[in-house]
Amino acid sequence: MATNQIGKPQNRVDGRDKVTGQARYAAEFNVKDLAYGVVVSSAIAKGRIKEMDTSEALRVEGVLEVFTSENRPKLASYDTSFQDEDAPPGSPFRPLFNRDVLFNMQPIALVVAETYELARYAASLVKVEYETEEYATDFEKERPNAYVPEEYKSTTPPDPWGKPETALKEAEHKVAEEYSHPSQHHNPMEMHATTAVWEGDGRITVYDKIQGVLNSQEYIMGVFGLAKEDVRVLSPFVGGAFGSGLRPQYQLFMAVMATLELKRSVRVALTRPQMFSFGHRPKTVQQLSLGAAADGTLEAVVHHVFAETSRFEDYSEDVIIWPGVLYKCDNVKVSHKLVGLDVYTPLDMRAPGGTTGIYALECAIDELSYKVGMDPVEFRLKNYSVRDQNEDKPFSSKELRECYRQGAELFGWKDRKPQPRSMREGHNLIGWGVANGAWEATQKPSGAKAVLTKEGKLTVSSATADIGTGTYTIMSQIAAECMGLPIEAVEFKLGDSSLPQSPLEGGSWTASTVGSAVKLVCEKLGEKLLELAQESDDSPFKEAGIEEVEFTDGQMRLKENSSVAIPLTQLLRDNKKDNIQVEAESKPSDEQENYSPYSHSAVFVEVKVDEDLGTIKVTRVVTAVAGGRILNPKTARSQILGGVVWGIGMALEEESVMDHQYGRFINHDLAEYHVPVNADVHDVEVIFVDEEDSIVNPLGVKGLGEIGIVSVAPAIANAVYHATGKRVRDLPITLDKVM
Amino acid sequence: MQEKALSPTVSTEIITLTINGTSKQLEVEVWTSLLDLLREPLDLTGTKKGCDHGQCGACTILLDGKRINSCLTLAVMHDGSELTTIEGLAQDGELHPVQQAFIDHDAFQCGYCTPGQICSTIGLINEGKAKTLDDIRDLMSGNICRCGAYTNIVKVVQEALERNHKA
Repeated sequence: MATNQIGKPQNRVDGRDKVTGQARYAAEFNVKDLAYGVVVSSAIAKGRIKEMDTSEALRVEGVLEVFTSENRPKLASYDTSFQDEDAPPGSPFRPLFNRDVLFNMQPIALVVAETYELARYAASLVKVEYETEEYATDFEKERPNAYVPEEYKSTTPPDPWGKPETALKEAEHKVAEEYSHPSQHHNPMEMHATTAVWEGDGRITVYDKIQGVLNSQEYIMGVFGLAKEDVRVLSPFVGGAFGSGLRPQYQLFMAVMATLELKRSVRVALTRPQMFSFGHRPKTVQQLSLGAAADGTLEAVVHHVFAETSRFEDYSEDVIIWPGVLYKCDNVKVSHKLVGLDVYTPLDMRAPGGTTGIYALECAIDELSYKVGMDPVEFRLKNYSVRDQNEDKPFSSKELRECYRQGAELFGWKDRKPQPRSMREGHNLIGWGVANGAWEATQKPSGAKAVLTKEGKLTVSSATADIGTGTYTIMSQIAAECMGLPIEAVEFKLGDSSLPQSPLEGGSWTASTVGSAVKLVCEKLGEKLLELAQESDDSPFKEAGIEEVEFTDGQMRLKENSSVAIPLTQLLRDNKKDNIQVEAESKPSDEQENYSPYSHSAVFVEVKVDEDLGTIKVTRVVTAVAGGRILNPKTARSQILGGVVWGIGMALEEESVMDHQYGRFINHDLAEYHVPVNADVHDVEVIFVDEEDSIVNPLGVKGLGEIGIVSVAPAIANAVYHATGKRVRDLPITLDKVM
Repeated sequence: MQEKALSPTVSTEIITLTINGTSKQLEVEVWTSLLDLLREPLDLTGTKKGCDHGQCGACTILLDGKRINSCLTLAVMHDGSELTTIEGLAQDGELHPVQQAFIDHDAFQCGYCTPGQICSTIGLINEGKAKTLDDIRDLMSGNICRCGAYTNIVKVVQEALERNHKA
């Protein structure tokens, strides 16, 4: 493949739409006769609705209906009908199903009115009487009841290998600590919203905030018993999601229900407080015991995980796979137990499991490096692994050594003084910390379609999403390169359930998965174009095989003799074709089975901690990433920058505070739930090290959505220790904890 | 027979707003925020709702040249005002330099906070307060970007300040 598009720092192809306000998100399709729904949330954490008085709301002029569990339409009743592509094992929450309240802020009614203001006002008039039941929202109180789920959503913990207990006992240097982080909420800037458009005759078009339109479509079909052809789901732009849009959220249910019942288009947008009423990164406590020999060889890892879930679904994420991925160690034991609470089911949030597990492991490893008396980078290199020990397979590629080398050099790591509290600048203690991380580089099956017109316009499509990740742009680049067209001649379509199937956008697999499908469909298009040329007997391409032709400058030509060339537009016109269409389905290769594909990173952080005030500033971050082939260094860099900002939030700011008196996340807005703002982010440098990988997928890409975040929080925690000499093992590291 | 309908006593007022250079006479309910007026009846959805509480900055617009959170103010309070929203920045199809710089520096990802960030950048330049890098970071901190494009946004603002300084 010629590389005139792939690897180019192309500006986002949807950039103009986004900077001019033309990009429309789910709540922004202003259709005719639109009605507005406002959700009423429960005020208790557990119990039953004894009485709900909607009469006053219904008397407000302009209110169309108040939907409750009593007057809702007939719905599917089996769990399977409500289970979506990302559902954990269990019984999914069914909105308005009955009078039971399972968690605080549960949606219990939908008020629909002619205007948003009327619906909001009428919602305030709904009166609810509850029968409250005892509930449990205190993780620590429930921890003794932690259980092993019947089925894991995540990887089932691998069996122990070696003799972890003995090795631990005999180790020269040991660390045994507990690390924790609180529940955290995704808080994308766009609040979850759905505009359901009534098309007549029982057909609807739905604009939903979702990371995969097919997931919403399936859900609607399952719950409301609609036929596939009667539901089209669109999601051309998603205002951030970070996992919150993996599962269809309840605003989708509400909008569709109201539309079908009222036979009228309805929009339901959640409020910012309601963004804390579904799905969050689960509070997790991790016990880590590590042992090392006198020379720094990692001898034992014992890793026990306790993570929050709801009472109705067993959510789990890959927290325990990291000892087997990040380090070589002959004696390892892991376990993962769930702590059931009366909350909504946790939900994948940027690098689910990785962010959690790597945080704890990378802090414990850092502690052990100090005990051994080795430089934290050297200690990590000493225990470098080339095999995934969970799967007992070699990595498909791993240029982590190069990440350490280039990262350390750019950061200036060699000037670090090893002792904590040994570097300062005025009243600021300076700390330098490091951590490494990994994230699975998965390829899933995906479809794609390509249409080339006689005017030379190529449209490639797949039902995938672009949640800010750059899908529109990188897919356009891949298609342009494959067909030898300028990027302006290519359009990539996504976020439409009528397009070829693709999986949810998540897990850093979209570039790899959809990218491979786009490459494949373009190759098929190329074959078809060659066949077309060969239809005429005097074609100079008559004897050529596909491997002998190339597509470049809008032409098909012979590799050996570039003067034998035909513009694609002419080829179509000569053969009286308005367009050529091809569909393809790509699948991971069998060869991938023999390898473990991961992206890797090394992060170096400088913090300045005010000795008197305890305030922590992340002044410098250098992150070096081995992420395979980089399709677009500009958007790739942005993904990593975003991961770094998320890591800063996780390390220093983010905490959803549970008020046990109500069983509710009480800081449910952006004033009280702190996410990083501009002033929290200083110098951030991103390095992509060269990494070739012919196994991971046909493009050699690894995906970058998660690798940017995983090692940032531990690197910050380790830097705070180096600055202050104090280990804070409970995130976020706020000033009261370092004082 | 049902009781007489319970109507909230919401009065309407007629106001004149100049939005992106066009003067409009509008009948607005007094409980409608400026943000909801823009997004719903006027279909100017480029101005975003991220919290409705003045905590995120996604709804930032320029009101008589000053950046404000349009969710924190009622439409009826702005009779006679001049508003510029994201839709009004490009002239004859040509992007405002700040818009172009957001694209060139990849200063956004999902794009949802972007109109607010762009209006805030222009407002900040109009204020003339920002002198240093730290000033920029502080004075742009009312606009949250959850995708984390801050370092790129800062570059845009720096560039815009320099351009303004030269002009």
